[in-house]
Amino acid sequence: MKAIADRIQEGDRLALARLITAIENDQGDYQEILDELYPLTGKAHVIGVTGPPGAGKSTLVNCLARELKQRKGKGAKIGIIAVDPSSPFTGGALLGDRVRMGFHAIDADIFIRSMASRGALGGIALATDNTALAMDAAGYDPILIETVGAGQSEVEIASLAHTTIVVEAPGLGDDVQAAKAGLLEIADILVVNKAEKPAADTTVASLERMLALGEELKEKQLGVTWHVPLVKTSAIDCEGIEDLTDHVLAHHQFLHESGAWEKCDLLRLSKQVHHLLRESLFGSWKAQLDQKRYNDLMVEVMQHQISPHQAAQILLNEER
Amino acid sequence: MAKKIRVLIAKPGLDGHDRGAKVIARALRDAGMEVIYTGLRQTPEMIAAAALQEDVNAVGLSILSGAHMTLVPRVMDLLKANGQDDVMVFVGGIIPAEDAEKLKAAGVRAVFGPGTATTEVIDALWEAAAEAV
Repeated sequence: MKAIADRIQEGDRLALARLITAIENDQGDYQEILDELYPLTGKAHVIGVTGPPGAGKSTLVNCLARELKQRKGKGAKIGIIAVDPSSPFTGGALLGDRVRMGFHAIDADIFIRSMASRGALGGIALATDNTALAMDAAGYDPILIETVGAGQSEVEIASLAHTTIVVEAPGLGDDVQAAKAGLLEIADILVVNKAEKPAADTTVASLERMLALGEELKEKQLGVTWHVPLVKTSAIDCEGIEDLTDHVLAHHQFLHESGAWEKCDLLRLSKQVHHLLRESLFGSWKAQLDQKRYNDLMVEVMQHQISPHQAAQILLNEER
Repeated sequence: MAKKIRVLIAKPGLDGHDRGAKVIARALRDAGMEVIYTGLRQTPEMIAAAALQEDVNAVGLSILSGAHMTLVPRVMDLLKANGQDDVMVFVGGIIPAEDAEKLKAAGVRAVFGPGTATTEVIDALWEAAAEAV
């Protein structure tokens, strides 16, 4: 076990890959390995990239990784976590983000991991966060996390990041769609990709009007002001990426100078501790549960004699 | 969370025909597996690097160019060099019977030709996964 933590620090990619699998499967003694690695972490800049399907997130991440690596200079290692949805019916998943990232496949300083969301709300956020932690310990910085921004779990993953980039593209719906998805309020940087398309300027104009609202929300959360920049890119040719990278690095600097970095980490980490407490408390409570008593109460609930709320109260009061 | 079968589906070499690879990728997804698709024109080095980072249980190579006797052994060697000799490798495409035998002798688990039912591929993967446990 000690050996695995050592191997990860030394840059053994297979050890890292296997640890991530254990994290995903919630299996084995991965938690102890993470405990051991934890003191080495906390340095990496975690960048979330989210937006609707087809906005060009993978292509953009591909360009951004290359540019960030260049700016960071020799020895920089970049981690990429690409999350795609699992089928709610079969549990299977088709993870296709590597198709747009072929460029980096054989770069020994870039580690790309595809992850399926596996349905569990909260669970995937924790797995993603632990994966970022493992990459951080292995010296990857920054770490880019790409998710489809189409629901609560995706927004939750994005909220783990220090810097959240929301990618929109022309032709994916009007400004009401953008507001509805709840994506704008989490953006630190807003990107309108596919800027080569004629409708791009209309999209930029409507998003600019929506932006001010999100800023107020973030301000309340972290107590500091950051003006969300709107960047136009054409990721297919990696155009506008230098501009985007400038904003990413500026946001990184802003977080450190304003103290928002610590606040962001505190929010994220206490969320994690809460999640683990919930899991563990529920687990131990369930272990002492009288299954027969539970079944009897469920019969009463099914027959509408008592409500689910009353059943839960009874079980809680009877706790030994 | 249960253990999932993770499969890399890759198109090594220069042919641009990926209909078969996409059909298999979709069928395996529908069978509950997590499929990582690499896209077209991958070198053996790119495929081995992806297999490593993704920590897959199986690698499926789709080849219609006729270069399978060069590409497949190269991928196998690289997987081994990376410490992934336990990864199941299967090949799909236009592979002459005698080549298929040679590939199997070299450690390829299965070779699927045109007209193979997707269920056959799924069964082969489940079988290999059951043995690996």
